[in-house]
Amino acid sequence: MMARGQAAATEAPAVIRLSGAACTYPGPPPVRALKPADLVIGRGEHVAITGPSGSGKSTLLNLIGLLDRPTAGTVEIDGLDVGGSPERRRAAVRALRIGFVFQAFHLLPHRTALENVMLAQVYAGGSRRGRLAAALAALTQVGLGERAGSLPSALSGGERQRVAIARALLNQPSLLLCDEPTGNLDSATTAEISGLLEGLHSSGTTLLVITHNPAVAQRAQRRITISDGYLSEQHDRQACPQDGAHRAHA
Amino acid sequence: MLTRRPPGVSSRLRAQDLADEALAGLLQRPGRSVLTMLGTVLGIGGFVAIVGLSQTANGQIGSAFSRLEATEVTVTDTAASHSKVPVLDFPPDADALTKAINGVVAAGVWWTVTAKHGPVSARPPGVPPDGLRLTVTAATPDALAASGATLRAGVLFNQFHQDHSQNVAVVAASAAAQLGLNSLADQPAIFIGGRPFTVIGILSGDQRLPQLSLGVIVPEKTALRIWGPPDHDSPAQMMIHTRLGAAPVVADQVPVALRPTDPLAFTASAPANGSELGQEVASSLNTLLLALAGIALIVGMIGIANTTLVAVLERRSEIGLRRAIGARPVHIAAQFLTESTALGLFGGLIGASLGVVTVLAVTVLHHWTAVLAPGLVLAAPAAGAVIGLLAGLYPALRASAVEPAEALR
Repeated sequence: MMARGQAAATEAPAVIRLSGAACTYPGPPPVRALKPADLVIGRGEHVAITGPSGSGKSTLLNLIGLLDRPTAGTVEIDGLDVGGSPERRRAAVRALRIGFVFQAFHLLPHRTALENVMLAQVYAGGSRRGRLAAALAALTQVGLGERAGSLPSALSGGERQRVAIARALLNQPSLLLCDEPTGNLDSATTAEISGLLEGLHSSGTTLLVITHNPAVAQRAQRRITISDGYLSEQHDRQACPQDGAHRAHA
Repeated sequence: MLTRRPPGVSSRLRAQDLADEALAGLLQRPGRSVLTMLGTVLGIGGFVAIVGLSQTANGQIGSAFSRLEATEVTVTDTAASHSKVPVLDFPPDADALTKAINGVVAAGVWWTVTAKHGPVSARPPGVPPDGLRLTVTAATPDALAASGATLRAGVLFNQFHQDHSQNVAVVAASAAAQLGLNSLADQPAIFIGGRPFTVIGILSGDQRLPQLSLGVIVPEKTALRIWGPPDHDSPAQMMIHTRLGAAPVVADQVPVALRPTDPLAFTASAPANGSELGQEVASSLNTLLLALAGIALIVGMIGIANTTLVAVLERRSEIGLRRAIGARPVHIAAQFLTESTALGLFGGLIGASLGVVTVLAVTVLHHWTAVLAPGLVLAAPAAGAVIGLLAGLYPALRASAVEPAEALR
């Protein structure tokens, strides 16, 4: 309720709100990986972040994914200021509100697809009952219900990424955070995965995709470019419902 | 939607999930897990085998050297020693009551007569030389049997003499020499404080009551009739000869059998188990072997620590992923600690089993009786678990310090 009040300016409450968030890695010499940035991403949005290597993409991803802490400014997820929260609370937010999809899939090699998906609820505090059914449903949602018992080594790259997406979806997170989701895939599979992500977006999932691939970025509503630690949003395609509500600037 | 989960909630790891994850971690490289356990198996197995074998060997030495004392129970009339007036707390049928206990071979009451019984002489009163100051002991026929008295000549007094409080005596060999008794052919008499006693036997020795071989022994009822109950400074005792191994059990039961209403009136003592001599003989060799087993344990511990550390380095991306899906550093540490503890526990279980098998095999080979402290066998797996836990401390610390952002790159 409180969060809703804070996000009153937007129609949908903000899933992510960065206010002057910056990240400087201690030196010597200190590296200002991300200059103070403001960014608001509303519920249900599909945002792509592009930029060259070393531009600060990973730093931004780590701040939003609560894998790193800002050295200045605040990071809010679902209206919760988690930038300075204790680790136990940040871990809970990661478990319940953020679903991660990585370039390298990060599936456990000795577990089946189903077991890999179920892993997402191990730290989420839910009961063990129903975990299996939920994981099977998530696998079915990404079109892999038939391959539930396969080991990752028996799956193609696209199938592995689908398993990872199913794992990210298991706890019905507020945000799906994808870091180069198609970086290890060929173009046909890339199209297949971005189609899947688009389908998830149209069914209401908030998507933040970091990518090098212009074709993947093109599918997003909003495209944000990061360069030398500065964020800038391209407004070539009108996607923001309210002016000034969703903004990203240096 | 925003408040569907309380914001202050922290991520959790259920014990069963922790166990599942740790077990899966161990089973993903079963060969390596087995090899890692080997050091603990050898160390724990060595400990159990060495301690078990030395206990077994001690048991054998003990039974050889202490067969005599292991079958002996002494019951003391505790109440009488606190009494001002002379009293005999043993009931008249004490011997029969005790003999009814399972495991008792023979049992009898005896005491040293300290009342003024006068000098012992082979001549009638008034005929010089004066008598000798010899110890007079009252004993039931069963007490003589239980104490293992052996005769040089004649017979021991029997139940008839006892029941009719006959004035008969059995004289120890040394006393017989002092009294000038050489032969029993003419049924010699001795005089105790002027009272005549027929000497019916001469002792050659006594296995359990050496004090009997110094003086004169008379039937218990006779002593009771003439001198009354024993003094408090020399209360009546009971000598019990038990079957091998029955002594502690018999000692527990005798006081109750003798006086159900007041068992505390009697103190029954059985010899302590084990032979200190045997333990000393075995200990120097054991120290060396135990040191070797200890080294094996330390090597096993280092092995577990090493393997777990390698696993931490290998599984950095898994650690990063777990952190990303909500694991806290403590959850990561708990998982690796559980894995190393489980390695130690399984190693300890296998080692303890092998140790017991070794002890049994050696025992069967030598036709010995296996002696193995149950506490030792139960403690061995626990010791293995502790070793695993200690070995996992540093790797777990390293694992919990892995930065997720770096590990996922």
